[in-house]
Amino acid sequence: MISEQKIRVLVGKPGLDGHDRGAKVVAAALRDAGMEVIYTGLHQTPEQIVETALQEDVDVIALSILSGAHMTLLPRVRELMRDAGMNDVLLTGGGIISKDDMQALGELGVGQLFGPGTTTGEIVEYIENWVDERGAKMGAAS
Amino acid sequence: MTPTVRKDRRDDGRPIVQEGSTREERMAARVAAWRDRRDRQSTRDIDFTTTSSMEVAPIYTPLDLADNDPLEDIGLPGEYPYTRGVYDSMYRTRLWTMRQFAGFATAEETNQRYHFLLDHGQTGLSVAFDLPTLMGYDSDHAMSEGEVGVCGVAIDSLADMETLFRGIPLDQVSTSMTINGPAVIFLALYVAVAEEQGVPSDKLRGTLQTDILKEYIAQKEWLFPPDPHLKIIVDMMGWCADNAPKWHPISISGYHIREAGSTAAQELAFTLADGFTYVEEGIKAGLDVDRFAPRLSFFWNAHNDFFEEIAKYRAARRIWARHMKQRYGAKNARSLLMRFHTQTAGCSLTEQQPENNIVRTAIQALAGVMGGTQSLHTNSMDETYALPTERAVKIALRTQQVIAYESGVANVIDPLGGSYYVEALTDRMEAEAEAYFRQIEDLGGVVAGIEQGFFQRELAVAASRYQEEIDSRRRVIVGVNDFIEKDESLEIPILRIDPRYEREQCARVADVRAKRDDAKYRAAMDALRQSIRDERNLMEPVLDAVRLYATVGEIVELMRDEYGTWREPSIF
Repeated sequence: MISEQKIRVLVGKPGLDGHDRGAKVVAAALRDAGMEVIYTGLHQTPEQIVETALQEDVDVIALSILSGAHMTLLPRVRELMRDAGMNDVLLTGGGIISKDDMQALGELGVGQLFGPGTTTGEIVEYIENWVDERGAKMGAAS
Repeated sequence: MTPTVRKDRRDDGRPIVQEGSTREERMAARVAAWRDRRDRQSTRDIDFTTTSSMEVAPIYTPLDLADNDPLEDIGLPGEYPYTRGVYDSMYRTRLWTMRQFAGFATAEETNQRYHFLLDHGQTGLSVAFDLPTLMGYDSDHAMSEGEVGVCGVAIDSLADMETLFRGIPLDQVSTSMTINGPAVIFLALYVAVAEEQGVPSDKLRGTLQTDILKEYIAQKEWLFPPDPHLKIIVDMMGWCADNAPKWHPISISGYHIREAGSTAAQELAFTLADGFTYVEEGIKAGLDVDRFAPRLSFFWNAHNDFFEEIAKYRAARRIWARHMKQRYGAKNARSLLMRFHTQTAGCSLTEQQPENNIVRTAIQALAGVMGGTQSLHTNSMDETYALPTERAVKIALRTQQVIAYESGVANVIDPLGGSYYVEALTDRMEAEAEAYFRQIEDLGGVVAGIEQGFFQRELAVAASRYQEEIDSRRRVIVGVNDFIEKDESLEIPILRIDPRYEREQCARVADVRAKRDDAKYRAAMDALRQSIRDERNLMEPVLDAVRLYATVGEIVELMRDEYGTWREPSIF
């Protein structure tokens, strides 16, 4: 069965970083690609993000962090997602995150992360593919 | 023997004149003929636009300046309307200040970096604070976890400020501090440190960014709603006029508006509109415009499009002078001067092939200098990865020195003045800004525009358009969407901030709270709260509090308690 439902994506910025140009450009691109975007804005705590994600029943949490605090914030969000049983929700994002840190975060269950120079098309494609693969897995499981 | 090539002139040297046509008519005919010839040639398959997606003509001629008056519109440097420069003599008398924005980890490490930069020829200081400090949180607050000292220096109290400026005589060095929400606290901290050095406030030279309106528009570092912030800014302008006449209490900024995605015209218009708002607030509060206007300063971006940026600075000078004289009735010549700092565009730097950023920064810095900036910061090549290493910031500083001493551009004031392109572009930018001013007025002013999300929407649209141009490769970014190197490896050193700094700073601020005179501290905080409720000037109460080692977080928390917070409309 092909789902006609829009992919629901929470876009937000955890922590103190207020530089939201990228988050807004990505949010607009996802919306233009037909996704439902819940933009939580700035200065969110990990708790607030996961709470909103649960309430809005999102498929994807996409976070923007340029402050260097990603090794504190992303693992925290991942942990809270796990505690809330959000096992089929993707945690992705981008910002100023070194390749080494991206790898370490990948090992903690964070999805692909996107640095400077990424096109919006790459992000849209990644999320769509991820949702397709999730659908295939769920189809196989039933 | 090669024949001599001569201009077409009569024997007596005078130009050949055709009967019955004016010079303009002959020019128009020549341009039309040139256009016909050119139209038969192929053009490269790109958009001939500036970074603001504004189309530019292949050539500009005197015809493009038909409405431009060389005396009234261009004039001379140091003379109304200051298109060519704010001072008569500009860099002939003194070069721009080389002022590198710096700060990381704790005050100790940053103090060392300041000594390094001063030793290498920097001529002014510029402080970069970490996010907790910028947002008014002490280093040990829950919101600060993972963020202490990472984007700038952590300053929690006067104790840290003392360390930051150790060995730096504040009567001899000017300092710029990039902080906005808590700006009043940092003015007080600087005054207090100077006091301890025996330097009175009337000798202090420097700048506080303070510009809260651009926070709502772009940088997003506000603490309270607009009205209390504006009231505090007027307090600072008034206090400085009386006590620190050489200090710039505000740096009205376009840099961040541009970084957030605006076009050059939006940067120009929104920044000047913010400036006019501060002038109006000062006048409304009963301040004499000629007492505070001379110390209003500005801060612009220097992005990639060389000529667009130069035109922007020239238009800014002319617009500010005209409005200050004609609309606000300023009589003091110094009230009309749009004096500014420039920073090269952080958003133009790439993660790919970072050494190319040295080149981008050099071209952008050159635009700032040819646009007549009073001080300049050049970005380091590694800033898409981290805060600058010593090696990278040294190259950035040397870039300014090469421009200053080797390129020759500082020998002549406004060397591009009279260029058909630059003058036409300057005129066009002024017209676009004026159109925006009318739009903003129709909305009810800048604060109303912010509340309605007008600026935020303009920026979001411009940013998305710019990204679309890059994604589709209509706009080439070298190393990113063309001239790519697959499987690049990072070959430059990158600064990493050790997490131990956060632990040390948390211990430090706890120690400050434990050691201060608690009774006096509490009395000062109560007095500050009362001053807020009585709507008095907050500078002296804040000064009293910081001298007693009240922390930044404690003061901001008290203010947030009184003034409330503000949430922006969700626009993307």
